[in-house]
Amino acid sequence: MLKELRPALVMVAALTAVTGLAYPLAVTGIAQTIFPTQANGSLVTRDGTVVGSSLIGQGFTGPGFFHPRPSATTGPDPADPAKSAAQPYNAAASGGSNAGPTAKALVDRVREDAGRLAGDAPGTPLPVDLVTASGSGLDPHLSPAAADFQVLRVAKARGLPESAVRALVAANTTPRPLGFLGEPVVNVLALNLALDEAARQK
Amino acid sequence: MTMNGWIQILVFIALVAAVTRPLGGFMTRVFAGERTMLSPVLTPVERVLYRMAGVDAKAEQHWVTYAVAMLLFNLFGMVLLYALQRLQGVLPLNPQGMAAVPADLAFNTAASFTTNTNWQNYGGETTLGHLVQMAGLTVQNFVSAATGIALAVALVRGFARESARTLGNFWVDLTRATLYVLLPLSFVLALALVWQGVPQTLAGAVDATTLEGAKQTIALGPVASQEAIKMLGTNGGGFFNANSAHPFENPTALSNLLQMLAIFAVGAGLTNLFGRMVGDERQGWAILAAMGVLFVIGVTVAYWAEAQGNPAFAALGVDPAAGNMEGKETRFGIAATALFATITTAASCGAVNGMHDSFMPLGGMVPLVNMMLGEIIVGGVGAGLYGMLLFVVIALFVAGLMVGRTPEYLGKKLEAKEVKMTVLAILCLPLMMLGLTSVAVVTDTGVASIANPGPHGFSEVLYAYVSGAANNGSAFGGLGGNTLWYNLTIALAMLVGRFLVIVPMMAMAGALAAKRRAPASSGSFPTHDALFVGLLVGVILIVGGLTFFPALALGPIAEHLAMNAGTLF
Repeated sequence: MLKELRPALVMVAALTAVTGLAYPLAVTGIAQTIFPTQANGSLVTRDGTVVGSSLIGQGFTGPGFFHPRPSATTGPDPADPAKSAAQPYNAAASGGSNAGPTAKALVDRVREDAGRLAGDAPGTPLPVDLVTASGSGLDPHLSPAAADFQVLRVAKARGLPESAVRALVAANTTPRPLGFLGEPVVNVLALNLALDEAARQK
Repeated sequence: MTMNGWIQILVFIALVAAVTRPLGGFMTRVFAGERTMLSPVLTPVERVLYRMAGVDAKAEQHWVTYAVAMLLFNLFGMVLLYALQRLQGVLPLNPQGMAAVPADLAFNTAASFTTNTNWQNYGGETTLGHLVQMAGLTVQNFVSAATGIALAVALVRGFARESARTLGNFWVDLTRATLYVLLPLSFVLALALVWQGVPQTLAGAVDATTLEGAKQTIALGPVASQEAIKMLGTNGGGFFNANSAHPFENPTALSNLLQMLAIFAVGAGLTNLFGRMVGDERQGWAILAAMGVLFVIGVTVAYWAEAQGNPAFAALGVDPAAGNMEGKETRFGIAATALFATITTAASCGAVNGMHDSFMPLGGMVPLVNMMLGEIIVGGVGAGLYGMLLFVVIALFVAGLMVGRTPEYLGKKLEAKEVKMTVLAILCLPLMMLGLTSVAVVTDTGVASIANPGPHGFSEVLYAYVSGAANNGSAFGGLGGNTLWYNLTIALAMLVGRFLVIVPMMAMAGALAAKRRAPASSGSFPTHDALFVGLLVGVILIVGGLTFFPALALGPIAEHLAMNAGTLF
């Protein structure tokens, strides 16, 4: 039995070196060389400043922007750093609401959001992704239906023709990968950047 | 449910079937010590490792020595991981300056990663620096998976050999599983994930200024390298708290497909290795078919439940057509999330691409049941195969009782010792799952961590211990698990669920290896046809159903009935 002590110690150390250092460092080296944009977080810049990542959602709130899905992420409470408080789209602490389907708190939250959104597109059924928090709290996307739902509000706030905003939504809609995987999506940051650009050129 | 959703599920099943044979053949050669296309590069590395460790690659081990070697290796690995977490404040590669992890949380995490569970009571990006993620977690992702593969291969040798005293050499099996199987596959998958958008950098977080002028701090790190082995090794511990729901861990529906395939690939390949090593590939396909039947039942229920949507929302003017999207990502949608949840708990992966806590009651019951059955539907790498073979022993024992004949499998008589060891291994799981749940729900400390009231709260506690004992690692994440009580009891469930299953299983392997192989006669029960598959599936469901039905009735089933009656908690 004692004979197995030496291999146990050596193997832990040696496999740590191989799989814990050599492997991730080799992957880092190659990834940084052949896919530098993705390897560094798919960052998006405008006029030289980093405005976000194309993969990470942001909490747009102004009427002239497309709004993302609700986010359940939290962060340290500014009043008392020992506690945590709601901080939507905190990209340093991902997470979902973990609300169960029969939780009263969940249904109350959805009722409140649904009431607030009802005026955006009267008569249209409310897309479910607009009132449900994503698993990561950082979902960068909306369903095409959820983007369409906001077109009237955004067009009015920006003073842009509705058809122009609708065209921007269509241009920023990505179909399913390989035609059948997942769902079609609209990237909210890309759409809002395009919207700013269109408003600038107006 | 949509046609498109079903196409995704069918394509996934076809891909798993397609990789089973090539991977099985490759692994059979690797563990027989034969030359493979990777040998020119890896044989010299292997030789250096053996020389440093003082291992004679030709010397085989008795099952007791094999098991002791495995236990010592896991013990030292666990101690190292614990130490790295406790000392991370003074160690390098910690750009965010994370502080030392508290003792109980570090113990829980060390147990979690050594047992291939990867239960996360810590929040990845808020607790751990890059060094712990790489040299701690990534390492255990590799070696806990390699340990599982080695054990499965040792058990298969027990069935394949005749009048033998030894089951192979743990150090050789461990090294080969790591170097030849897991490392090359991870390398390729990691780069494919980076291509899809997963970050891989040693830098810390980036500050962005949003279009509305707010500051957003975006956590980054060496994500892809850990993500790849997290899937291939059925580990499941994410770099980020939100795991594979996080867009940096799983950026597209294509990366999602690759991750799902990676979870099943090695486990499915091992069923073929089993068939090849016992000299009849049909035996492997029969095992995979039984797994396939259970898998299709699970994914159908989960997909159906999630596609229904929450009835409480319909009254609020929400379009019910898109299903239950709380806790799900837009880019995956309902089908790819329900499929992922079924896969991750069928295997002992535990990665999640949506929050299981927010699944519909019956949708969340599928992952629970998958884990309660012992994760034998493909299962954890290695662990799934040996778990399934334990059920095979029970199924044949039952069949033997029905016809009054000593049961045999692959020509080996299954006698009192084998059946006793199997029952011992199988009973560990319900003891931990149900025993600890019942203690937790009657203590104030246990109940205080529950997030959702009503039957769902019971499901949260049940899920935690089921996931821990089954070494899965997924969670009903609302449960505040980072307390002294849960850190210690879940760690206990994980260690018992792993090692107290392994030791009797190895004793059985040793006993089987020593037996003679009797030639098949007209009275032998064929174990490669539909009747056997049906018997095996039946035994799994009856054993699981009888053990766990009462607990399920108190949790998800009660919640489903309450929901349909319009009750909220």
